[in-house]
Amino acid sequence: MTAEAPPKSSFARNLWAANSVTVTFLSTFLAVLIGAVLIVVSDSEVLAKFGYFTARPTDALSASWDLIATAYSDLVKGALGDPEAYSAWFAGTGTWQDALAPISETLTYAAPLVFTGLSVALAFRGGLFNIGAQGQAVLGCITAGVVGFSFGLPLVVNMLIALIAGAIGGAFWGFIPGFLKARTGAHEVITTIMLNYTASLFLSWLVLQKGIQDPDRTDAISKAVAESAQLPSFGGVLRVHLGILFALAATAGVAWLLNRSAFGFEVRAVGANPHAAKTAGISPARTYALLMAVAGALAGLGGATQVLGTAHALTPAVAGNIGFDGLLVALLGRNKPWSTFFAALLFGALRAGGNRMQSYSGISLELVTVLQALIVIFIAAPALVKAIFRLRASRNLRAGVTLAKG
Amino acid sequence: MSTATVEDLTEVAAPEPFWTRQRRLGLALILIGAIATVLFGALAPSESARFTLSEDAEGAALTINGQFGAILFGVLTAAAGGVLFAGLAKRWQNAILGLGILSFVLSFLCWQVAGKFLPLVDTTSGTFQLALPLILGALAGVLGERSGVVNVAIEGQFLMGAFAGALIGTMAGSVWAGLISAAVGGVIIAAILAVLSIRYLVDQTVVGMVLNLFALGITGFLYERLMQPDAQSYNTPPQMPTWRIPGLADIPVIGPVLFEANLLLWIALILVVVIHFGLNRTRWGLRTRAVGEHPTAADTVGIRVRGLRYLNVLLGGVVAGIGGAYFTLVATGSFTKNMTAGAGFIALAALIFGRYSPFGALGAALFFGFAQKLATYLSAVGSPVPSQFLNMLPYLATIIAVAGLVGRVRAPAADGLPYVKS
Repeated sequence: MTAEAPPKSSFARNLWAANSVTVTFLSTFLAVLIGAVLIVVSDSEVLAKFGYFTARPTDALSASWDLIATAYSDLVKGALGDPEAYSAWFAGTGTWQDALAPISETLTYAAPLVFTGLSVALAFRGGLFNIGAQGQAVLGCITAGVVGFSFGLPLVVNMLIALIAGAIGGAFWGFIPGFLKARTGAHEVITTIMLNYTASLFLSWLVLQKGIQDPDRTDAISKAVAESAQLPSFGGVLRVHLGILFALAATAGVAWLLNRSAFGFEVRAVGANPHAAKTAGISPARTYALLMAVAGALAGLGGATQVLGTAHALTPAVAGNIGFDGLLVALLGRNKPWSTFFAALLFGALRAGGNRMQSYSGISLELVTVLQALIVIFIAAPALVKAIFRLRASRNLRAGVTLAKG
Repeated sequence: MSTATVEDLTEVAAPEPFWTRQRRLGLALILIGAIATVLFGALAPSESARFTLSEDAEGAALTINGQFGAILFGVLTAAAGGVLFAGLAKRWQNAILGLGILSFVLSFLCWQVAGKFLPLVDTTSGTFQLALPLILGALAGVLGERSGVVNVAIEGQFLMGAFAGALIGTMAGSVWAGLISAAVGGVIIAAILAVLSIRYLVDQTVVGMVLNLFALGITGFLYERLMQPDAQSYNTPPQMPTWRIPGLADIPVIGPVLFEANLLLWIALILVVVIHFGLNRTRWGLRTRAVGEHPTAADTVGIRVRGLRYLNVLLGGVVAGIGGAYFTLVATGSFTKNMTAGAGFIALAALIFGRYSPFGALGAALFFGFAQKLATYLSAVGSPVPSQFLNMLPYLATIIAVAGLVGRVRAPAADGLPYVKS
């Protein structure tokens, strides 16, 4: 990137400064750029054209451009919708369901990520790095799923009880590292990593047990969650369910908790400086234990959303990667509740688009994981982005993302 | 990572004179000994448990009545606990603790093997093979963490190593080219970790976790784009040959395990000794430890803190990358998506459980490898003990260790803290 003439107006000056919006945008841009390179170098046909690049450079360049353009346009169509489907809907030749299906997919993938993202973000604000969102989500899956198929409670009640069970399961799994940190000083990063794998091993054992496993199946899958416990959805191609509305409510709740409640004040005080907080009469130990339980409950809700909303039965991989993705979501959202919500939407969109990219252009869905990780790497190192693009220093740029002390 | 953050905040009760570490350990041993005696003893059938010394089932074997063995070793466990609890033999505390745990494992084995046989050679060699990547991964962690850089990206380094080893090994048709490129794969992740955490001061744990996902994504992506469509030209790496040292290989049990093995096992064991010696006896080691404990002091006497950290993290990348090579060049003949499946985190557990020292890491890795091997053995013979619970052992043991329930593990003081020259 060559140095450009300094923009005149102060708006443009601020735009090219290292503020968080610009850094986020440029990080995404860099990630997409690297992704494009990966797409090209992993395609043998296009690579073959680069073999005679000096003779006919246009061949290789146009082939690369076509490949990248189809891949990324499929990504966008899969996330936001195909313009053709929209025009078919408006012209009356297509259904509105088909046109809105991509957005429905985006929201479906985003819903659990909002919860796990909030879980990590909330813990971060209290100075804790909750890598355990994955394990807490798995526990949430287990408790919500088991409650969901065990009691034949009536509509709505069954769903609410199952969701609460998911939250309690996650809270329990989150409370353990919080309690250990408070009582013994055991570092939460280590304990939560270990609890993640303990949880998934427990799940893979549990789904094979009598009374849990689907009696008609031999593979590792549990009985299906009762219909009264499932989160209601439109059905058909529109998989989006009530979970996204709960996610919206949870975001508002966490924002309130963090910024308006006494507990939130304690969390922020302990996160900023535990010694000062202790001097001011706040018990960091109590805050850590409680905070991890609340964070665990959020991640558990994420797991519950996954089971009750989309999977409808327990399998060893039912939680997928939602906990670890939640980590990235929280980092991308800079640990603020509403930013985390939108970060989860972006990740859901990437995931939904990635599915279409995989089936239409044959580009592996794993590219989405690479993009997500790259975006967050650049976000976490704003100084790197600033150096690459020669951004002006911004007055309100902080040293980095507000991060837990490792 | 510093565990000291809360320590000085929580009300640490003054150490009671009675409940010393030894007493608590002793009580724990007495309890598990009692459980072993009663539970394992009651459940074990009164049939002979055979531990065969040779490869075939009918050869020479150590035989013991299962029920008798379970009770005998259970009582021994409790006895070892009693010695510790009574406050006797303070000098031999660790040896007695080890003996107690060993007896407990033996009691468990007598119960499980009663009426069957356990091939000792296969078990021991399986233990070493499963421990092999864990040893290398944990050593990579030792290198980084002793100089103050937390490395939770061991999993990612494994994956990159395994992938690069398979890809280049196949393309070059040489297992040695594969091994070297596996090291390079590990270094790539290590270099990103080093630059972001040392130069750009990003939280080391955050970078590590994100790098794990990055490695998972990029190896999975290239696997699906290159290896899956054309496995023949991209994913059939040559296998590392097994070498036999004549003479030494004839020693029963130990011989076939240690002296009829692949190069990687020897590299791992030699590295344990070399890194132990290097850390404790050389200038590099003294500087590494100084930088990990008190970088400011190290800087004042002219040690280049950041330079040394770069060096150690990159060296760790080499070691972890070689550990990744195990998965494709030794264990299986090809790369698959997410094939390391959490081994990097068990290596991290071995590092912490082994108290950040090379020999400790070796011991912990062997212990965890044994637990994994035992899990496969038990599920093969149809034991009622679920293999998943044995596989949880490394994780639970580490939680217990860091929580200080049995002796607190102390990380290097400056572990995880970026160094900014003032």
